[in-house]
Amino acid sequence: MMKNKYGKIAMDGLIFNNPTFMLVLGTCPTLGLISSASSAAGMGLTVVVILTLSNILISAFRKIIPNEVRIPAYIVIIATLVTLARMVMQKFIPDLYDSLGGFLALIVVNCIILGRAEAFANKHTVLESAVDGLSTGLGFTAALTIMGVVCEFLGSGSLFGAKIMDFSIGLFATPAGSFIIYGLSIALFTYVLGTITRYRRVKSLKLSRENLLDGGALAEASAPAAPAAAEIKEAE
Amino acid sequence: MGTFIAIILAAVLTNNFITVKTYGICPFLGVSKNTKSALGMGVAVTVVMAIAVAVTYPVYNYLMKIPSLSWWDFQFLEIIVFIFIIASLVQMLEAIIRKLSPSLYNAMGIYLPLITTNCAVLGVCELVIGDMSGIIGSGFVMNFGWAVLYALFSGIGFTLVMLIMSGLREKLNCCKVGKSLAGFPISMITASFICMAFMVFTYIV
Repeated sequence: MMKNKYGKIAMDGLIFNNPTFMLVLGTCPTLGLISSASSAAGMGLTVVVILTLSNILISAFRKIIPNEVRIPAYIVIIATLVTLARMVMQKFIPDLYDSLGGFLALIVVNCIILGRAEAFANKHTVLESAVDGLSTGLGFTAALTIMGVVCEFLGSGSLFGAKIMDFSIGLFATPAGSFIIYGLSIALFTYVLGTITRYRRVKSLKLSRENLLDGGALAEASAPAAPAAAEIKEAE
Repeated sequence: MGTFIAIILAAVLTNNFITVKTYGICPFLGVSKNTKSALGMGVAVTVVMAIAVAVTYPVYNYLMKIPSLSWWDFQFLEIIVFIFIIASLVQMLEAIIRKLSPSLYNAMGIYLPLITTNCAVLGVCELVIGDMSGIIGSGFVMNFGWAVLYALFSGIGFTLVMLIMSGLREKLNCCKVGKSLAGFPISMITASFICMAFMVFTYIV
């Protein structure tokens, strides 16, 4: 039962409430960085770390922070984490720091992080919030990496910076191409998810009808028993 | 004069916030359903961007680092300081507008709380304190006046794209769109055509 709860949180974050495809949050870094798969993946992983830590901290402090000033308090926590992440990345992974550019500082105003703090972390326990932050962040990373691979392949014929084919469509290296890829990805994702949900609903409907039939058969079988019970009652 | 025109062209056309830098996409997709709300949002963002840069630029350059005091260097705290300044500025602006002009508050006040978490405002504050010679031309030296001018015209460029998008979306309401393409996907594909149109300016200027 406990495992099931965390599994549900994780599935929500990864697929059913995927921040990129279902909620369409954090669009600025998505559109700005998917023309290169490695910077898209780097952005995703940075968000995973910051989102998990901010969810843990906000959930731990949720009883201390007064309700009226919760948004400024969340913003200060997130801004501190982003400042720390920025320093660590500048020191240890300067390549990624350069490729993310201005979007690294803009993680502070990323709607996903504030959104999860407001919608989840201030109502749930530390462990649940950590699972939620991790899975939402990984959902974001997966979406960005998939779109980044497609966009980089079409835009420059390479994969994570390694040249594999000698062709390029210049459009996909610009924001115009990112917009097209993002729009079509959302359409494809909602279509596939809609089809799966419909299929599962039909299946469960069939199952419940069979159950009903079984139940009906049982009811018929137990029908003769009912008069017997009535007879016993009368006898009493 | 040359720098003046170069900054305006860079801010409005060649480095437009939405179509080239992809900052501020949330209000661009969220509040562009009709022209009136797009204009309100655009004007609100422009005003906040200009005032935010007018406050954060001197704070960053003259308050957070004092050259005569070698130990006084807090420029690494820029993100925390900037977001705090922007958040309090937006609150203050909302209170002032509500007091002075209720009709203006009705037109654009409702968009003000959304602006705190808008990438474009923090983005322009971060941009003007960094190296801008790649955008405007080599040998360009930033000062307070240029910074505010750049922020103001970036906001105007933002408003321009918001207006174009809202017009297209009003037309889009009359079209039949496939079920899974309706909503965000078709808006993004529309936005992609605006981006293509703005790409042309990169070659002209």
